[in-house]
Amino acid sequence: MSGAPLLAAFRQSLGEAWAGGAGALLPLGFLGGTAVLVPLGIGTDAATLKAVGPVIIWFALALESLVTLERIFQADAEDGTLDLWLQAGAPVSALAAAKTLAHWLSAGLPLALFSPVLALMFQAEASPALLVNAGLYALGSLAFFFWGGVGAALSATVRRGGLLISLIALPLYVPTAVFGALAMSGGPGSTGAPMFLAASTLFACAVAPYAMSAALRLAAD
Amino acid sequence: MIRGERVLFRSISLSVRPGEALLLRGANGAGKTTLLRILAGLTRAETGEVTRAAAHHWVGHREGLKPLETPRTHLKLWAQAWGARTGIDPVLTRMGLARPADVAGRDLSAGQRRRTALARLLLEDRPVWLLDEPYTALDADGRALIDALIAEHRAKGGAVIAALHGEAGFSGTTDLTL
Repeated sequence: MSGAPLLAAFRQSLGEAWAGGAGALLPLGFLGGTAVLVPLGIGTDAATLKAVGPVIIWFALALESLVTLERIFQADAEDGTLDLWLQAGAPVSALAAAKTLAHWLSAGLPLALFSPVLALMFQAEASPALLVNAGLYALGSLAFFFWGGVGAALSATVRRGGLLISLIALPLYVPTAVFGALAMSGGPGSTGAPMFLAASTLFACAVAPYAMSAALRLAAD
Repeated sequence: MIRGERVLFRSISLSVRPGEALLLRGANGAGKTTLLRILAGLTRAETGEVTRAAAHHWVGHREGLKPLETPRTHLKLWAQAWGARTGIDPVLTRMGLARPADVAGRDLSAGQRRRTALARLLLEDRPVWLLDEPYTALDADGRALIDALIAEHRAKGGAVIAALHGEAGFSGTTDLTL
């Protein structure tokens, strides 16, 4: 087996994400929306904003992954592309992983990279720690996208699958959200939390592609 | 094969050899597409098995063309995915797609989308073609083109299994009515 089908799937998804999903505008929209709406809701008290800021960014990432992923496999199932990929001669799990990775690169990673800006809006002090946090957001959002991909694959043939994706994926987001928020809290246990965050992301990357593969085969059946 | 609570078909046995064409016939809902999907490995049958001695091309009733994909990018993508080295332009010309080659899929006519899907057959030599209603949405020119492609393919020792509802422009070696 060569990597050609994987590369083609990756490119197709990347092109779609940029053309159809507004590309980098979606992460920017989430960034702006969160930065504006949260202070409106909880007030402008600097100490409060500083405390909730990191958690809000995790929420933004989780919700963005759900919005982005809703259509990735559903569109393929509807227009017949899924049938072609299933016969492309590459492992379906690897193809699904390539597609998910492309969507993470175009939606998840940019938001993680913007996160220092958002953190500053939430009154965090400018420090190198913000860049470390951006790395943690990138790591955690990868897990969000892979678990979200499982939800998307399972609901590929369901109209209005968005709700189903949320129901399936959100419980799987819990470890990432817990360890991610803990790592940035500075409280007890926060030193080991990045390791647990990395472990939960690795677990997602290892398991989710097989779950997506099984779900996609079922969707085509 | 069971769909819902209905037995769609049972005890079917078929095979194609080089140069042969097998036509699957039957009323709407008889199971032509399902049988074709079983042969392609997309759907699993309740019992029985499929032996595939050669690679196949699949053109289903859904074209597999993305709304923003043009015929040219579509063919480029699949040539790349399959590692095929065929030039894209001759294929586009042959399929009568030279003019709309750079028009997005959502702006193409149904027949042009159909031609794009069928153009994949020419990207790579594969001995078996699985075609689901290949004539759908095609004009007289298009139908004649498909007939010519199938004749060439069979002359080269290829085999075709096609699900068809109406008239066929080529004679099947075998007709199977579901």
